[in-house]
Amino acid sequence: MLKQIEGSQAVADVVALCRPNVISAYPITPQTHIVEDLSVIVGQGKLDAEFVNVESEFSAASVVLGASAAGARTYTATSSQGLLLMAEVIYCISGMRLPIVLTCANRAISAPLSIWNDQQDSMAVRDAGWIQLFAEDNQEAADLHIQAYKIAEQTFLPVMVCMDGFILTHAFEPVDIPEQKQVDDFLPPFKPRHIVDPRWPRGIGLYADPRFYMETRYILHRAMEKSEKTIKEVSADFAKTFGRDSGGFIKTYKLKEADVAIVSMGSVVGTIKDLIDQLEEEGKKVGLLQICSYRPFPRQEIYNILKDKMNIVVLEKCISLGRGGILASDIRWSFPRAEKKDRNISSFIAGLGGRNITSDDLRYMVERVEKEPVELEFLGLKKELISDKDL
Amino acid sequence: METFNVYASRLITKKEYFSPGHRACQGCAEALAVRMVAKALGQNVIVSSATGCMEIVSSPLPFTNWRVPWIHVAFENTSAVASGVEAGTKALIRKGKLPDKGTVFLGMGGDGATADIGLQSLSGAFERGHNFLYVCYDNEAYMNTGIQRSSSTPFGAATTTSPAGKLTPGQITWKKNMAEIAVAHNIPYVATSCSSYPFDLIQKVKKAARINGPAYIHVLSVCPTGWRVPPNKAIWIGRLAVETGVFPLYEVENGKYRITVDVPELRPVLDYLKPQGRFRHLTPELVDEIQERVTHEYNKLKAKTAL
Repeated sequence: MLKQIEGSQAVADVVALCRPNVISAYPITPQTHIVEDLSVIVGQGKLDAEFVNVESEFSAASVVLGASAAGARTYTATSSQGLLLMAEVIYCISGMRLPIVLTCANRAISAPLSIWNDQQDSMAVRDAGWIQLFAEDNQEAADLHIQAYKIAEQTFLPVMVCMDGFILTHAFEPVDIPEQKQVDDFLPPFKPRHIVDPRWPRGIGLYADPRFYMETRYILHRAMEKSEKTIKEVSADFAKTFGRDSGGFIKTYKLKEADVAIVSMGSVVGTIKDLIDQLEEEGKKVGLLQICSYRPFPRQEIYNILKDKMNIVVLEKCISLGRGGILASDIRWSFPRAEKKDRNISSFIAGLGGRNITSDDLRYMVERVEKEPVELEFLGLKKELISDKDL
Repeated sequence: METFNVYASRLITKKEYFSPGHRACQGCAEALAVRMVAKALGQNVIVSSATGCMEIVSSPLPFTNWRVPWIHVAFENTSAVASGVEAGTKALIRKGKLPDKGTVFLGMGGDGATADIGLQSLSGAFERGHNFLYVCYDNEAYMNTGIQRSSSTPFGAATTTSPAGKLTPGQITWKKNMAEIAVAHNIPYVATSCSSYPFDLIQKVKKAARINGPAYIHVLSVCPTGWRVPPNKAIWIGRLAVETGVFPLYEVENGKYRITVDVPELRPVLDYLKPQGRFRHLTPELVDEIQERVTHEYNKLKAKTAL
């Protein structure tokens, strides 16, 4: 049913349709509305689940871990500092192959404290063995949660659905919330693999000495690579069942004929698409490659699609301090060394700590890379706030 | 088992749920305590263990000493993991996906995992009222990493991070009273015990397992390696801790205090301190200071049992 609702409400509604047995979360802006809404759904008896109000994000992640190990379908959500506090358990969850679904309402990291959006938080745990899916709008954010459970429970890898804080979580948009039966048909009940059950005693979370540890990492890495197939299948299956494209690996917009290819992910792609349309009217050919699955990273797809593009610009809301653009590094790595030579791959950092990314900023970016490649530039930086003493 | 006699030991199951062959040090009274607790709880239990000695000695991949379901995640979140296992099981039972067999949810950790790094998660689980039992095996320092002080290390004890020397007499703070912290959460059952008193321990564990809601048992676990005592003296040292009043054995059921191993006349603390290498540097003045504190704390406890 099409509803004009807040992004958080849409996610809460859809998560409830996935029938988790245990929900555990700790409030943090801008994730809070999701768990508030879920607590109401549970409180009204519309969803039969244990709602565990914990004393920290660390415990939220630990509770869903324990519940998942007991065979329950679980859900948690967090942002920013909360995700960083969870980090240790985040690694344990993937290492123990528990198919937990987590929403990351993307937000900047302290210090200085900022409750506003960028994507540094989920980037900080990108190497943890979690599938990371980035939503473009609230419809996709909602849809990705339904897909996330199916992907997680087929691959035994945890899935993090990333949606831009405030820009999506607090935005009211029309979102089609499916019927319970549709979701039930699409998402079979969770069949756990290894559980703690007195009927079949087994140890979970044993320690591995140097004879065994490396193999666990290799297996996890291969599982992440192999999940590519599942992500695509589930996305295709979703399109068939629900009649709309959501998720998958990558998406493109007017890329085929483009002279300049913009690569980005998250909600900013909406602004980029608008600009592409404007530029098209002005006679400029610009296209978009949108990354939905950031981990596993769709290297081969990206290469196949961008191999003819000689002018590529990567726009991202995060940075590896002392190194530069994170997504830009990934994109640069997607091309074999020999093919990098005459290819310009520019890197722009934008929107950190909630700074607006305007259409003018993007226009400037395109005009800039038309002239020359840019190693690294901060878009919309206020130079007047920075003195020589700071540098 | 209220009154013990020579035949009482036959009432304890011969079945081992924490099997032999683990890698604990000789004379480890903590491994003994774990074994007794496992015997008391039997087969129908799910154990959530913190990182630490008992985790590391019993779970080297591909082996395990646990004959009951067991999960280990990290150092500081045992109580939250146990909460999750309990919540998940509860939800699945309610939905008819698991049979309701009255499984006991056990969380366990050392003193560091309980009184230091895991205190927040334990407090949260108490406050939420999960139906679980938490057992702290207190060997009074971070023994697994090589005898570093914790907040549970007693005053005066030398450890590798509270060394005895010219400037410091070993640990300079008093032992954190975890049992009282548990009592302050108004949970239905709190007890202290020691593996030198196996019947006391087993009885308390069985009682705690029957209770609906959170229960906490603090088990003094003599560590010959860290306390610098010969392995064959571990049980004796544990008894001395009780007989000197350093570690009284009591339980608090719904707020009502009861001393379970009564010591009509306390022995001087020196009897307890002297055999232990970790206290060998103590001056008579420091021993007096410890004696004063022990007597004071013991009288405080006695006064509570009279209420």
